[in-house]
This record gives sequence, structure tokens and C-alpha cells, in this order.
Amino acid sequence: MSALRMTLNGRPVEVEVHEARYLSEVLRGELGLKGTKIGCNEAECGICTVLVNGTPVSSCVFPAYKAQGANVETIEGLSADGGLHPLQQAFLDQGAVQCGICTPGMIMTAKALIDDKGAALTEDEIRTALKDTYCRCTGYGSIVRAILQAARGESRDDSGRASASSPVGQPLPNPNARAKIDGTARFTDDYEFPGMLYARTKRAGVPHARILAIDTAAARELPGVQAVLTHEDVPGHNRHGLVIDDWPVLCDDKVRYAGDAVAIVAADSEEIAAAAIDLVKVEYEDLPVVGDALRAAEPGAPLVHDGRSDGNLLKHIKVDKGDVEAGFADADVVIDRSYRTQSAEHLFLEPECSIGIPAGFDPGEFGGQVDDDAVRGETARHAKTTIYVGSQIPYQDRDQAAAALGVEPDAVRIVATLTGGGFGGKEDITGQIHVALLAEKTGRPVKMLYSRQESLLVHPKRHPTVIRTRVGARNDGTLTAVQATLYGDAGAYASLSEKVLTRATTHAAGPYEAPNVKIDCFAMYTNNVPSGAFRGFGVTQSCFAIESTMDILAAELDIDPVELRHRNALDIGRTTSTGQALRESAGLRECIDKVASDMRGDDFRWTWDEGDRRFAWGVAVAYKNTGLGGGAPDRATAEIEVWRGDETHAEVRISSAEMGQNLPGVLAACAAEELGVPVRNVRVLLGDTDVCPDGGPTTASRQSFVSGNAVRMAAQKAAADQAEHVLVRYDYEAPQTRPLGAGGDMHFAFSFGAQAALVEVDMTTGEVHVRKVIAAHDIGRALNPLTLRGQIEGGIVMALGYTLTEHYIQEDGKPWTNLMARYKMPSIEHAPEIVSHVVEHPVAAGPYGAKGAGELPSIPTSAAITNAICRATGVRVHSLPVDQDELLRACAAGVDTIELGWGDLEPIPQVALGGRT
Amino acid sequence: MTVMAQASSNRWQHYYTPATVEEAVEILQRYDGEARVVGGGTDLLVETRRGLHKPVSAMVDVTHIDGLGEIAVEDDYIVIGCGVTHSQIVRNPHIIEQGSCLAESCGVIGGPQVRNVGTLAGNVAHALPAGDGTIGLLALGGEIEVAGVDGARWMPLQESFKGPGKSFIDRYRQVLTRLRFRPTGPGEGSAHHRVMRPQGLCLPIISMGVRVALDADNVIGDARISMGPVGPVPHLAEPAMDVLIGKPATAGQYAKAAAVALQNVELRASKYRATREYREQMVRTFLPAILERAVERARQGLS
Ligand SMILES: Cc1cc2nc3c(=O)[nH]c(=O)nc-3n(C[C@H](O)[C@H](O)[C@H](O)COP(=O)(O)OP(=O)(O)OC[C@H]3O[C@@H](n4cnc5c(N)ncnc54)[C@H](O)[C@@H]3O)c2cc1C
Ligand code: FES
Ligand code: FES
Repeated sequence: MSALRMTLNGRPVEVEVHEARYLSEVLRGELGLKGTKIGCNEAECGICTVLVNGTPVSSCVFPAYKAQGANVETIEGLSADGGLHPLQQAFLDQGAVQCGICTPGMIMTAKALIDDKGAALTEDEIRTALKDTYCRCTGYGSIVRAILQAARGESRDDSGRASASSPVGQPLPNPNARAKIDGTARFTDDYEFPGMLYARTKRAGVPHARILAIDTAAARELPGVQAVLTHEDVPGHNRHGLVIDDWPVLCDDKVRYAGDAVAIVAADSEEIAAAAIDLVKVEYEDLPVVGDALRAAEPGAPLVHDGRSDGNLLKHIKVDKGDVEAGFADADVVIDRSYRTQSAEHLFLEPECSIGIPAGFDPGEFGGQVDDDAVRGETARHAKTTIYVGSQIPYQDRDQAAAALGVEPDAVRIVATLTGGGFGGKEDITGQIHVALLAEKTGRPVKMLYSRQESLLVHPKRHPTVIRTRVGARNDGTLTAVQATLYGDAGAYASLSEKVLTRATTHAAGPYEAPNVKIDCFAMYTNNVPSGAFRGFGVTQSCFAIESTMDILAAELDIDPVELRHRNALDIGRTTSTGQALRESAGLRECIDKVASDMRGDDFRWTWDEGDRRFAWGVAVAYKNTGLGGGAPDRATAEIEVWRGDETHAEVRISSAEMGQNLPGVLAACAAEELGVPVRNVRVLLGDTDVCPDGGPTTASRQSFVSGNAVRMAAQKAAADQAEHVLVRYDYEAPQTRPLGAGGDMHFAFSFGAQAALVEVDMTTGEVHVRKVIAAHDIGRALNPLTLRGQIEGGIVMALGYTLTEHYIQEDGKPWTNLMARYKMPSIEHAPEIVSHVVEHPVAAGPYGAKGAGELPSIPTSAAITNAICRATGVRVHSLPVDQDELLRACAAGVDTIELGWGDLEPIPQVALGGRT
Repeated sequence: MTVMAQASSNRWQHYYTPATVEEAVEILQRYDGEARVVGGGTDLLVETRRGLHKPVSAMVDVTHIDGLGEIAVEDDYIVIGCGVTHSQIVRNPHIIEQGSCLAESCGVIGGPQVRNVGTLAGNVAHALPAGDGTIGLLALGGEIEVAGVDGARWMPLQESFKGPGKSFIDRYRQVLTRLRFRPTGPGEGSAHHRVMRPQGLCLPIISMGVRVALDADNVIGDARISMGPVGPVPHLAEPAMDVLIGKPATAGQYAKAAAVALQNVELRASKYRATREYREQMVRTFLPAILERAVERARQGLS
């Protein structure tokens, strides 16, 4: 130990710290400044950025003693005197804060830039300076606007809006954003409890093997180790799963993917826990590996789950409408093409973290106070086993943890903390059950924080798919038949595969009316990382296939691609592939018109050259269901408490997840609207299963609709009761839907969208840049335009990454993508100009007409980009992500298709229409 | 509270920030192979965190040495101390003018946070086949000064490379203290270009630097071409340089140089990075392009 002296946020500090510590650790640890966040510990993400002598550095690889004598600034120093720094204000005003995990680093990077450049700061300079400070939520547009606002000393007066009597439809900032811009917002890893232990997980490391023996003796003997648990120590049900309970809490008979959990350790420090994990010895008998979905379907393929009568088939999902063969016979042109999409990682910037607190925990025993905030000021004692986690589905976390603990669901409490990004990747269980088991075993709080590398290895990804699409049309462009066959790699466990791939299947014919449709989708178990929910929920994949094929068809028929889409577009009076007749709220044609007229503007050209760079436009459309649908009851329960005095105040309670999509703001607006009070008088509590009733899962773009309605109706009832103190609980059930195959309404609403992408292809390198995206989305009603813009920009940039930069590569069950350095999401340099048109075709049952908006914007983007690439270069991209090397060589060789995406080693496998079975 | 309970394998015990070269060398000698030189740490510490290096007892940070945090313009050389970061180089007006290809090559490294702490000395000592700063300095004909118990000596940069990631600089016992190059004068110019892909590891597909001297008759008097990754160490493309020297500065001549450069190296495919064909094409496209740019700069100095 030595003394580290520095000037920290203007004040001299001196701390005794070990010389091997990094600055981020000292700031967050000894100095208790939790505003500096950790996303990777690899110098990749930039969210740990602080200023050392005025210069941005990544504090996670900056040795603390390098800062000896230096002037260090962190987010906490920015508003030290109580007022907000202009940057902080601008981030609020522009809605540049979503999940908020990147915000401190982003603001600090920007502060150095503004200090340097002042009011003359340009957008190009911002792009250069922020190149390595990543944000997964916003798509960067709002961040650029905020930095420019701050640099120019502009301000936006929103005070009137917050007190407006009709908050619905107003661009109100997220009520949680205030804490996220000054570093006081707390994510799970920011919580500390007296006596807390640190946990780690022993991972399989091999994709498929039988467990012969697990030896934990050496780990148990290591000083500082408090518990080592294996499957034998799971008191209840040793399986979890959102649809099928096939995922072991701790593996017993076999391991089925490299990230499987075999043992867990709790110790006095992270270092000891890590050392103990290395001492756990597992003896395996290797089994043959099932490396992809098509291999899994081969007769005689090794079985991932023994004893299943269907082999590796998790589910065969079918859509059948009319008679496709008759439809093809009727067609003048038939296009038959195959596509492949890759596995993709959510890369939420906050890695998974859970804290378990044993039932009856008394902090006094460890000489400590629980900080009140930690339990929302409600109680300092934990009567029940309590799990703190940034969860997307608090009630399901609770039920799964209770089952593993062998207790009633009500004996477990989930406190959902702020979530540093989810996008579907935080729906499954990761450490929740493990910390509960360890906490109960040791009688102490236990924190389990995944490293970025562990996060990459463990949580479910986007489904890799192979999709063959066959489309028939008449010479005038009218579709006569659509057939598609999909193989989806579900990975080792079921997770949400069945649901995700159902969505891929039902949307595979695109947002069109086709009289004859036949889709077969095979969800296959493999020894890859499980696939699960990811924004777009399977539709992203099938949209890429159908929308690529539609452009090929347009070229074949020599019809304008916009016109072809318009002609076949779903509309009121038309019927979806699953036989749902649309009766309201189908604004696709208006979306197409808006995008087309904006794109066509003055002297429009589809394509042109500037030196070695070739520019072209591409168009695609999409639709996406709102809500669970398929006959599943879709419910949410909301509670509202109203106090009437000089002013009326209300508290809304509903267990749903805020991941930065501004659910609290939207719900507060709904309540305020009904109660006729300013929105600032409404407080929203989310995600504590003991305080908030069940809002259902935060998935399927359902929160605004289902939870929004629950809150709106609760508030209506409360408004009708003029008592001084009113408490209303309202169970909302969304309109009934029907199962797939039963015809009728499979979903209670669909959102529609069209996008045009302008790409630039550098013909010397094959590099692709997206310069502009024009989008129009029919989301029923914009409940909050600021939030909506954030969802649209964030969704489009996320999809751009999926199209151009991202591939989670697995080689025969072994992830090559084992570092953040090997997975590139879009940086600010990739972010295009985005023009967004909002189309409002209200849905009667939705809150104020709204339907889902969270996923749609990320769906049509991929095909819009590859359609543009094809127009620019003549080369059709069949595999994502686009590989500049393949593209350039194809151009040089005059080849018109490429089958290898970046990271692919083999061409797209041949799939028989209708599948092998 | 997280406490460092015991030294784990990827941590050290002591972190030294010596103020003189002598002190740095003395500490290294005292630790006898158990201490390692660290610059900005943007390579070393990222790798250390991943457990890729043999554990050491001490880190010797050489970025706080008096006088070595600066760029000095001396009579014949521009001299860069081992504490100098890429950001300092990119902003330095002398290097922008008279060592353009170094400013350009350091400018493409990482993002601002990496450039703000990463050093050119670290880039060189790391000895990757295509460290960008290294490629830039190699084209300029850079030299490095290495100090150890036996004192300090200057040597040509290319003599320090031993293999991929392997350097003749003993990073446990020696300090690369300074780097220098002759600034380009009138009639001289330099340029750098790198081709990357937006996916996967941040490693170049090809990184190339050139330095040319031009006479008033548009004849190339001298030329240096550096490139990587084309083999285990950063490569000086001597046959291609010979093609240019004494010849007129024309597009045809540049293309010939690129062809000869390709004949004399074995470009390889690397998984998830580039095919051989693509790499070759990039050399054919961009070697002439940077020759053209360097010649253009040389011409400006002549007029
Ligand atoms: C996100 C990211 C992106 C990057 N992008 C690029 C890129 O685009 N191009 C590129 O070339 N590099 C890149 N790098 C690598 C790295 O930043 C550079 O190579 C940098 O120049 C290394 O310098 P450093 O001072 O940080 O070296 P260190 O990490 O401190 O040291 C590197 C090696 O050199 C030794 N060493 C350092 N200084 C000395 C000295 N004075 N004497 C003797 N030995 C010494 C160390 O022992 C170690 O072996 C990137 C790194 C990161 C994290
Ligand atoms: S760069 Fe430091 S945590 Fe990611
Ligand atoms: S707001 Fe930037 S990562 Fe979530």
C-alpha cells in the first residue's frame, strides 16, 4: 500500500491503495465514486472515460499510480455545486440519455472537447472525438445534438411542457434521466451491502460433454472462500427457462454449450472467487458437437438433449394459407433465393449483475447500514430472499428463482434496478438464481458481476438463420404465392426460441397480402450459445430475406420497387399470412408514400458516382406485432395511489422494466393525462415485486400498449373517485388473440414502417457507409416524440450494425467472439443522418391510439441497406454482415451475388422447401 | 469494499514512475527480469488483464521521465521522447509538416482515449508486424535509442524487430528512451495509408508508409516504403524502392513499384481479416496513391 495523491474534481485527495489498482477501481472502490461505469475492462467501450489533466482516458486500463499528482475529473465533479453543467442540461433536453450507462463517459469525453474547441465545435470534430465512446441505445443523433447545443450555449426551455395539462404527445425527458447525467443513478454493480461476498461461475469451456466428476475440494479450502456449490446443492428444481424448463441452474449430467454453469463460488473478494473457480476441477467425456441448425437436423445427428422423440427439433412452426402450388402455377415470374443471417450479440453496455440478499438479513451484524436508496427507502431489512437485478421480467425471475430455491414464489422478492441496456438480452436467467443460492447458503449478501467476456459467452443471442424464400408474381407485380423455409439455430436451450421463430415465421411473407402462403420454420437445438430475444424478435431475419427478394422481383419485372411494395402492401381490408383481416390502423401505404416522396425530392437519382465512390438508394418495408399474441393472455396490473391536497400527487406502481426506453415517462404521462395533473406530480415505481403488481414481460413492444392501458384505466378510475386519498388497482387484459393456425386475429395490433437508405460504396475498398436513412413508422400515436425519436434512431443504428459490422462467431460450439475487441457495434462514425416521419393511424384499443414502437425501426434497415448496395454495385448480398472483401472481389470479377458474410467460412447450405421432414 | 487480498496472477506489487532514465534502468536491474517497462499501457495492460503475460513484481512506467515527454526539433532530427503520446504527435506542427506519414499513421491508432495515453515508443517496442506508428516511422528512416545497464545507444528502427510481438529491446531490462527521424526538407514528402474493416479485431488489413525525395526534374532521388502485415516483422520494401529511385515520378512508375513490392512479399490470407487477393489489391491501389500524395507534398516544397 502506498499513498496516491491527486486533485479529484477540484479537491485534493489522498488514498492508501495497492499499487496494482486501476484508476477506475480506485474511483469506484476506495473513493466511492460510482458515476464512472465499467463496460469491458478492455479499453474498447469508453464508458469508463474520465479526464486526467483535462484529457479523456479509459480509466479501466489506466493504472491509478499513473495519475499520481494529476488533476482528475469525473462526472461527479460536473454538478458539484448543485447546478447542472450545460452538457448535462443539453443531454436532458435532447433525450440523449436512454439507459444511461454510457452517459457519464460520454459527457466527460464531450466536456474535454468543448473545453478545447468552444462554440466553434463542429459535428465532424464530435465524430472524431467520440469515435471510441460507444452508446448502444441512442444511435448517437441525440448525443451530437446535445453536444452542439452545449457548445453553442443554447438552451431549450421545457419547463412549460412538464406542467402542461395534456402531457400525452409532449416531448418530455425521461424522469430517470436526471440521476443518469450526474452519476448518482445506480445500476446493480453500484450497490454495496455490509458483509457482501463476491461470486463467480465455473463455465463449461467445452461445447458438449458428459460430466464425469466435479471436484470442489481444493476450491473450498482456499482461504476466503465461503461457499462452493454444484448441482447437488440446488434445493429445488435444477432447471429454469422462460418457455421450457430445460436450462440447468448448475449442470448435472451434461454440459451443452461452452457457457454452461457447472459450479459457483462466493468469496471475500473477486480475486479469491476467481482463484477458487480455477481450482474447481471438472472431468468431462467429450461428446460430438452439433455446430449449426442444419447439422442438427441431419438424420443421426448427435442429440443435444437426450431422450427427446423429436431429436434436435425444438419446434416445427408452420403458416399455411391457400394453396402455394396453385399460386406459383398462376405466377408469371418466380424468384427463389436463399439467405443467411448471423448470430448477433446485444452488447448492452452494462454486463449482467445480480445481488442476492438472504432472507432475514440484518446489516447490523456486519456493522453496517444498508443505504436506504438500495431498497427504495422502503425497508432496511430483507424479510425475504431478495434479488437485485436489472431485469426485463421481474416476476418471471422471481418464479424461476423460487422454484430453484424450493420455496413459494412469494418467498422471493425481486428489486429491479436500473438496467444498462437490455434489447431482449436480459430476459433469461443469468446470475439471479446463483446469487440467491449463495446468499442463502452463506447468510450474507452476494454480488455476481459478469465480466464482459463472460457476458459474451453466456447470454442468449440473436438467432442465426438460413432462409429460403420463393415468391411468385404476375407481370403487374401482384403476388400470387410466397413460400419460405427457415432453419433457426436455437442453441443449447429453448429460451424464447419458439416465440422468436414463430414471429420470424408469421412475418416471413412481409407486410404484404399474398393469397397463398406456406412457411415452415425449424427451430433446432445445437451446442451453440442459446438464442433468444433480441429487438426485432425474429422478424429482423425474415424481413431481410423477403425484402431482398422483393427487390429482385422488382428488377425482374422491371417495376419500381416502391411501386411493387405499395401494390401488395397490407392495408385495411387485406389479410395477413396467418389469416388476420385488418380492420383498423394499417398505415403502411402512408409510410411508403412519405418515405418515397422525401427520397425522391428534387433531381432524384437512384444511383450516381462521385469519383471512386458510388451512391445508391435502397428501400424496404416491415411490420411487427404489438404484444404477445397467439392466444397468450396478455395482462398487466397497475396500481395507482392518489393524494389530493393543495396539489394532487400520484404514484403509479407496475412491475415492468425500464431499460432506457422511458417507460416511466410514458406511464406518468398516461396517469397525468387522466388525472389532469402536471406530469411532474406523478411518480412511477417499477419492478419491485413486493411493491408493484405484475406488468408482464418487457418484450414484444408491449409495454406502452399493455402497461400503458393498465395505468390509464387505473388512473381513469382514480380520477372518477374524488376522495382525498384513493388507491386503485386495475387488471388490464389486452384484446383476445388466437393461436397460430386458428385463423382470425393472431395479434391485437401491428406497427408498420418503411425505410430508405442511402449508401456509399467505396469502389477501391468495398467499404460501405450508410449516409442517410429516411424512415416512416406507423406507431398509432406518438405518446412522447422525444422518446420515440430515440427509439427510432437507436433502432436504425443497431440494425445498421447487424447489417455491416456485427457477427458473433462460433466455430463448432467454441465462440471466437470472446472479447469485446472482437465484436464491433456501430460507433458514432457509422451513424447516418436519420430523417424520421411519424405516421399515426391510431388503434382503438391502444392507449390514446398507440401501438408498439420499440422494435419496428430496427427491422427493415438491413434490407434497405443491402438493396442499396445491390443497386450501387450490381452485387446482391445474401449473407450478413456485408463483407467488403467479398464485395470488392465480386465487383472485380463481375459476379452478381455474394454468399459469404463476414465471418462465414462456408457457402449458404441448400435447404429443401418445406424442410427435410 | 473490494480489497486486493493477494496478488493475483495478472497484477503486480509495485508501480514505479522514475524521473530519470538511470533510475528506470536501476529499478529494472534490481528486479532482474521481474519488472517490466510500461508506457501508456494500452497494449501491455489490456493484455495483462487478460492474463497473457507472465506475472511480474513491478511495472516501471517510463512516461514520467523528465525531458522525455516532449518532441524536440534538433539540428538534423526531430526527436520524440518515450513519454510522447500519439495525440502529441498528431498535433505537432513540425511532424505534420516534416514527418507527415508519422502524423498520419499515429492519427489512425485507436480512438482518442487510446491516443491520449498510448506512446509511439510503446507501439515500436510492442513490435507488431503492422503497428501503425511503427510503419510510419519506418518509412521515415527512423532510429531509436535504447538504454540499459551498459548505457544508451542509437540504432536503426528496423534492427529492433525480432518477430511478431518480439523485439530485440529487452522489455524487462531496457528502455526505449527516444525515437528520431530526419525531417523531410524541400523536395521531400511522406504519406501513410491503412486499410481496415469495421468488423472483428482492430488490426490492419494493410498499413503502408512512404517517403520520397524529388528533384526539380521530377525524378525520384530517394524512396522508402514500409508495409505490414506482410511477414513476421514490419517490412521495408527495398526492391520496390529500387524501382523508383532514379526514375520519374509517374503513375506508371508507382504501379511498377507496387507490382514489385507484391512480387517480393508473401501476402497471406488471415481468417476474419482479409483474403490474399484483397490484400494484394489494396497494395496495388494504395501504394501508388500514397506515393502520389508524398510526391505531391515534395513538389509543394520545391515550388
Ligand atoms: C482500443 C485499442 C485500439 C488500438 N488501435 C491500434 C491501432 O489502430 N494501431 C496500432 O498500431 N495500435 C493500436 N492499439 C495498440 C496500442 O494502443 C498502440 O500500440 C500503442 O502505441 C502502444 O503504446 P503504449 O505506450 O500504450 O504501450 P504499452 O502498452 O505501455 O507497451 C507495449 C509494449 O512495449 C513495451 N514498452 C512500452 N514502452 C516501452 C519503452 N519506452 N521501452 C521499452 N519497452 C517499452 C511494454 O513492455 C510492452 O511490451 C490499440 C489499442 C487499443 C486498446
Ligand atoms: S473502455 Fe474501460 S470499461 Fe470499456
Ligand atoms: S444510453 Fe448509451 S448505452 Fe444506453
